[in-house]
Amino acid sequence: MNTPFVASLVGDRPLIFAFVVVGLLTWLCFAFSKHITKGRIHGSAVAIIIGLVLAYIGGVSTGGKKGIADIPMFVGFALMGGAMLRDFCIVSTAYGVKLEELKKAGLAGFLSLVIGTALAFVVGVAVAYAFGYRDTASLTTIGAGAVTFIVGPVTGTAVGASSTVIALSVAAGVVKSIAVMILTPFLAKPFGLTNPAAAMVYGGLMGTTSGTAAGLAATDARLVPYGALTATFYTGFGCLVCPSIGFIVMKTIFG
Amino acid sequence: MIIYGVMVLGLCMFVGTAIGLTLGILLGIPSDIGGVGFAMLLLVFVTPWVKSKGWLPKASEDGIMFWNAMYIPVVIAMAATQNVAAALSGGWIAFIAGILSVVVCFALIRPLAAMAGAATSSFGDEAESTQS
Repeated sequence: MNTPFVASLVGDRPLIFAFVVVGLLTWLCFAFSKHITKGRIHGSAVAIIIGLVLAYIGGVSTGGKKGIADIPMFVGFALMGGAMLRDFCIVSTAYGVKLEELKKAGLAGFLSLVIGTALAFVVGVAVAYAFGYRDTASLTTIGAGAVTFIVGPVTGTAVGASSTVIALSVAAGVVKSIAVMILTPFLAKPFGLTNPAAAMVYGGLMGTTSGTAAGLAATDARLVPYGALTATFYTGFGCLVCPSIGFIVMKTIFG
Repeated sequence: MIIYGVMVLGLCMFVGTAIGLTLGILLGIPSDIGGVGFAMLLLVFVTPWVKSKGWLPKASEDGIMFWNAMYIPVVIAMAATQNVAAALSGGWIAFIAGILSVVVCFALIRPLAAMAGAATSSFGDEAESTQS
């Protein structure tokens, strides 16, 4: 595949190639959703899961960190699926959002942000403790990793955790983000994630921007702006409280 | 013109992120706090006003709607660039901590959503299409 011809054909147009591949992938996945699953699994959910599989293949075959984008031919995925365009698209989904819905669920949304951050932190700390970690810095860092994969390393660096523990916190955060992507379409209905108010609460509870962005897209695109709005405050909030309040609380408990 | 819609979107993003970054600096953290969220709020508040002035005709609106429609493809590309290999090589601690924090939070959606007024919450008739 790596002939000079393909290299100059695709290699010089990475973003366009990504558009074409994602388009093809979407078409295949929506056909799969419609004909094989008889519409039980949303086409977007299928496409996101296949995307994650491709990311795994890319990561394992190259040893890189950017999934399929580490394979030279697919480098355009890094731009298309990167934070810049993702955030730009997220902002655009807010167009046409009902202001009353935002106001009505605003307070509960903020509350869910606080509860979601605290809960994820406690769960992370508890699991780390169960696996034998006893020092405050490591416990705090892994707890922060369960918040998001950005909060983990930010906290770890601030409290002076070892690089192994920081890597672990990133892994925990990525697992969370992927779990949100995959589980949301299946858990949405039974857990009442069917309206804007619930979506705002969900965004605050789950937080991870990439996870909620994909999870809601796979469930019902109309939920996206409401969930994304609260979720976008989560990582910043986590970076604020985990190394400060979180670490102080941990210090008083574990010394 | 379409570019006007894209420009409005871009301006909202820059102003919103500037607010988020300023908050981050004020609070001393190396990240922005809700920059995208502020950008979204800005878009929600600004566009009805701009529209009422007649400054956002259909063509300009299409500049926003294009990116709205590109959301799912972009998210699919994002999924394909996640560090899945690292997640799976993090061992049981990462796995259990990650999954458990999601499951526990899911259980809280219903009670908190009830408080948020889920019973009367709806997308309304003007809601965007589901893009299925």
